[in-house]
Amino acid sequence: MVYLTRRAVFSASHYYWNPAWTAEGNERVFGRCANRKGHGHNYTLEVTVEGEPDPVTGFVVDLKWLKDLIEREVLEAWDHRHLNLEAPEFAEGKLIPTTENIAIAAWKRLEPAVTAAGGARLSRVRLYETPEIFAEYRGEA
Amino acid sequence: MKAYFGRRYTLSASHRLHSEALSAEANRTAYGKCNNPHGHGHNYVVEVLVGGEVDAETGMVVNMAALDEAVRTRVMERFDHTNLNLDPYFKNRVPTTENLCRVIFDLLKDALPAGELERVRVEETENNFFECYGE
Repeated sequence: MVYLTRRAVFSASHYYWNPAWTAEGNERVFGRCANRKGHGHNYTLEVTVEGEPDPVTGFVVDLKWLKDLIEREVLEAWDHRHLNLEAPEFAEGKLIPTTENIAIAAWKRLEPAVTAAGGARLSRVRLYETPEIFAEYRGEA
Repeated sequence: MKAYFGRRYTLSASHRLHSEALSAEANRTAYGKCNNPHGHGHNYVVEVLVGGEVDAETGMVVNMAALDEAVRTRVMERFDHTNLNLDPYFKNRVPTTENLCRVIFDLLKDALPAGELERVRVEETENNFFECYGE
């Protein structure tokens, strides 16, 4: 088994807000992230697929195909956008765009196409919000 | 839904690699420059990975401010800007980064505000790092 990782960078804004809570409750739990004017990050997304190298090409997956998939499914939806206001999965009352939830949402955007292509499976998605903060999702065991 | 939250911290400390069980010559052979008598220091990067269910109300595996506080009180206050050789844990252990990684894992595993400690990684320099998982 070989693991292959492709990295992509996107920039987006967001805020953390649970509409079921009071303003004070949101500020207590989320701190500065609850500022509803939003703030932004340069996110780094690492997408890892696992599989056996193809005996003919030597590829686990074609990196260009994986790059195009990430651009189409993730970057077109999220890059230079406000996640709360423009990404359907993070609309108010749905998921809060925490690093954890963004990692899971990236997995959900990518996994069907990786599985449909056959050969490799999606192994891990790691999302860096800053160089010091990241979240990982490995699918449901 | 289970996910993992990772956070990186920096701590600066000095150490000297020297084993009382070895002769002076054997210490120099085993540890090289790291055995120099007066010690030396590093900016260690401690990467903490916490696994757990994403809380439906907060969208979080663990609240970062609460995690930072646990790491500050358990790890940073104890080791940052200290001489590791003088810490009680290293009284009879060589303060290699393997042993530092293990003690940090043990100090944090029962101190997390939420989730389970999946892994501690300690980077001694940009070119070497050590990882500990639960036993």
